[in-house]
Amino acid sequence: MNRAIPWLLLSLAVLLFGPGPAAAQQAEADPAAIVQKFGGKQSFDATEAVIAELAATGDERVARALRALRDGDLYWRESDEAVFVATRKGGDYEIFDPITGASAGTVPSGDLQKVRVKNSIRNAVTGALGTLTLRADNPAQRMRAASTLFSEADPEMIGPLDAAIAAEEDAAVKARMEEARASAVLASDLPAEDKAAAAKVLAGRADRESLTMLIRFAGATDDPVARQAAEAAIVAIQNNIAFWNQMQNVWYGLSLGSVLLLAAIGLAITFGVMGVINMAHGEMVMLGAYTTFVVQEFIRNNAPGLFEWSLAIALPLAFLVSGAVGLVMERGLIRFLYGRPLETLLATFGVSLILQQAVRTIFGPSNRQVGNPDWMSGAFDVGLMSVTWNRLWIIVFALVVFLALLAVLNRTPLGLQMRAVTQNRRMAAAMGIRTPWVDAMTFALGSGIAGIAGVALSQIDNVSPNLGQSYIIDSFLVVVFGGVGNLWGTLVGAMSLGVVNKFLEPYAGAVLGKIVVLVLIILFIQKRPRGLFAQKGRFVDA
Amino acid sequence: MKSAMRWMQKTAAAATIAAFGVTGSYAQAPTGEPIKVGILHSLSGTMAISETTLKDAMLMLIDEQNKKGGVLGRPLEAVVVDPASDWPLFAEKARELISQNDVAAVFGCWTSVSRKSVLPVFKELNSILFYPVQYEGEESERNVFYTGAAPNQQAIPAVDYLMDEGVKRWVLEGTDYVYPRTTNKILEQYLKDKGVAAEDIIVNYTPFGFSDWQTEVSRIKEFGSAGKKTAVVSTVNGDANVPFYKELANQGVAATDIPVVAFSVGEEELAGIDTGPLVGHLAAWNYFQSVDTPENEEFIAKWHEFIGNDERVTNDPMEAHYIGFNMWVKAVEKAGTTDADAVIDALPGIEQANLTGGTSKMLPNHHITKPVLIGEINDEGQFDVVSETDDLVPGDAWSDFLPESKKLEADWVDLKCGNYDTEAKKCLGDAATSN
Repeated sequence: MNRAIPWLLLSLAVLLFGPGPAAAQQAEADPAAIVQKFGGKQSFDATEAVIAELAATGDERVARALRALRDGDLYWRESDEAVFVATRKGGDYEIFDPITGASAGTVPSGDLQKVRVKNSIRNAVTGALGTLTLRADNPAQRMRAASTLFSEADPEMIGPLDAAIAAEEDAAVKARMEEARASAVLASDLPAEDKAAAAKVLAGRADRESLTMLIRFAGATDDPVARQAAEAAIVAIQNNIAFWNQMQNVWYGLSLGSVLLLAAIGLAITFGVMGVINMAHGEMVMLGAYTTFVVQEFIRNNAPGLFEWSLAIALPLAFLVSGAVGLVMERGLIRFLYGRPLETLLATFGVSLILQQAVRTIFGPSNRQVGNPDWMSGAFDVGLMSVTWNRLWIIVFALVVFLALLAVLNRTPLGLQMRAVTQNRRMAAAMGIRTPWVDAMTFALGSGIAGIAGVALSQIDNVSPNLGQSYIIDSFLVVVFGGVGNLWGTLVGAMSLGVVNKFLEPYAGAVLGKIVVLVLIILFIQKRPRGLFAQKGRFVDA
Repeated sequence: MKSAMRWMQKTAAAATIAAFGVTGSYAQAPTGEPIKVGILHSLSGTMAISETTLKDAMLMLIDEQNKKGGVLGRPLEAVVVDPASDWPLFAEKARELISQNDVAAVFGCWTSVSRKSVLPVFKELNSILFYPVQYEGEESERNVFYTGAAPNQQAIPAVDYLMDEGVKRWVLEGTDYVYPRTTNKILEQYLKDKGVAAEDIIVNYTPFGFSDWQTEVSRIKEFGSAGKKTAVVSTVNGDANVPFYKELANQGVAATDIPVVAFSVGEEELAGIDTGPLVGHLAAWNYFQSVDTPENEEFIAKWHEFIGNDERVTNDPMEAHYIGFNMWVKAVEKAGTTDADAVIDALPGIEQANLTGGTSKMLPNHHITKPVLIGEINDEGQFDVVSETDDLVPGDAWSDFLPESKKLEADWVDLKCGNYDTEAKKCLGDAATSN
């Protein structure tokens, strides 16, 4: 990085001392010829020198080659060291001219060598592109250029930025350019009034980066007016950041809570409603995650176009797979153990080990890659808080699953029978309900729900045979804390555990935070052994 | 490669001839009672994800050696046990390997706690353990040969590289157990010695298998927005890495802004993630699959053939086993016996070509010399080497950056001691063995 600075300065200087005439003077400095200098084995320093040389041409046409270099798509041919942009096409590469972008045919991959890049090279390219693309046609590119210049805070760029702001028509880009100009002004030796105005612009931006710049400026300046303006801005930004930090904790808490809810909600049925201590619950979640993996593999190989839908396709399948395994477990094992909680615990623990090792044998011990569809990737900003799409969708999904389960329990004949059987088995049997069948269906439902939780968890966690283990303890915690046998208790329990955990984490650290939460729950259970929402009714005493 | 291979075969043959005083073709099928080699890697439980591969790698190496004529003219036989990621079980299985199966040497362990668990067994029954994983150092035992990296062969060079790249602020992020804690202690001291202010370093630990990284990542982002170039040094272990990297990518922390250099993330770990958003994050190892040498090419080809899957990657601990196993073979040939004492005495000084083009040597402190490579993750789940030490770095058992271990030295050749106090001029022995 250090080595990049002189070259960047050089390039900027060349740009500044005559952006117009420079192009004319350097007419003989053909960008196509310079780009060819990337060819051949060379040191990173040499590559950086070429980037600076390209930036110095001030020619927008070099942007293609620079972007390709940054993205690792720039190659040189071994036979003649000619430089191309290349994209993979089967086992071969299709190559393009780095300046014009015209296709130059395909070559086998063995003939090409990648131009080596590292982070400082990528940064040098971004810097070069920032100055080159400030006047680009595409507003998104201009936006990126302005953002780069903002963080660079280079006084030399004030002139070009002024010119760009004058010509800018897009309001959002213009605002970003003005912020970039303000950051550059603070770093320059312009008069105090200008800096005070710049401080005001940064105060309007009100994020951590501008805070850092203002603090540095306030410490360095001698002018009382400018310092006062900066200090006022600093206080305003700090308040703003403190507010958003709290918002962020709440959001992270809800997000953690929704993951806990998903993991626990199936257990709320099998353990909460039926009273079966199911240690294999986590493995049902894992089976759901592996179902997602299998579905995605199938789609990748057979119908790549459907990838965005892979999770929707995996949902019912995961429900069926885990539900079927649950059904077999209940019919083949658990029904013989009703009323014997210790034996159930041991037997289901055994089943969990068998399932884990079975998956390990079939799919191998290492993690399996489950891709995120585009709509699950990335983030957007709300104020100073970045909200990631996958977390947002998981919260929505957890709530939908919760409501659907509530509807099944309260609005369907199966739900009615489930409640009847769990509340008074003998009475239900006397009324003509086939209680063994209802038991089997209830257990299958709980397991199936765990399976669809696995689909969601595959998006944020490892898909490995150990996936389930990491959730089983938390799931029991949530169900016991929320109140056994009460779905609403599970919801409130999961969300409050999540939020409390996330508020503790910044102060106590992740390890201690978790311990504190555990201690709090133990104390709470001492006080209220039946959890948040104690179930009332006859079966409680049974 | 061919020549290296032939050279190795010649040496093996020469040693065989020397040992038995017979002449004959070196490729002769080995006969006689097999020499047993123990493989002590978890095949189930949480560590199976990493250790199963090493078991397979060992089986391949033993298979190769048998094709080349075995050792001392006798075939090798692998004895595989499964300690199931259960630390006390490691000790039991080690005892079973040594006293019941009578193995000549054991290759195994991954976590430091499993190594600490088997140590007393190896000392008591006087056998040999080859330990292939990078670890926190602060140990040198007569019965153990450390073929993975000591902190000065991985952590310190990685930090040096980042300093050269202009990093001024440091996040030391680790899983909460002995390796990250010791490594971070060493690094913190090293950074402070280099003039980094205390407020420019934060150290943070998370539990094993941690999966909700939102708060940690946003904290890193905030720490990194202070206007100085920031980097994360990650000793996050195992499964927790995938959610960590996913969260980094989702929150838009690019390697060009805040690079993460990891000591526990290799090709195997990346196999479970889409590496597109991770391009540019770093790892420090002594070997990468992408290293372009004929030795490595042959090794990868053999691995793919053995495992029957071209997609399977190779990684650093596999290379450590490759080096360690071949060193053991040479030491046995040199000693002319598999007797533990003779082999332990024969091992220091043994040289073995590694897969990255150099020649590693077993040192008197039972560590080996290794090159240090810094690689950036590329979009194919591999690493592009961006920096490499000029020479091989000798492994240092006792860190020079911790006051309590600075004065200690390990030398099993002259001093016959793993923790010689150079100030008090005496061997501290077992009494002072740390934890």
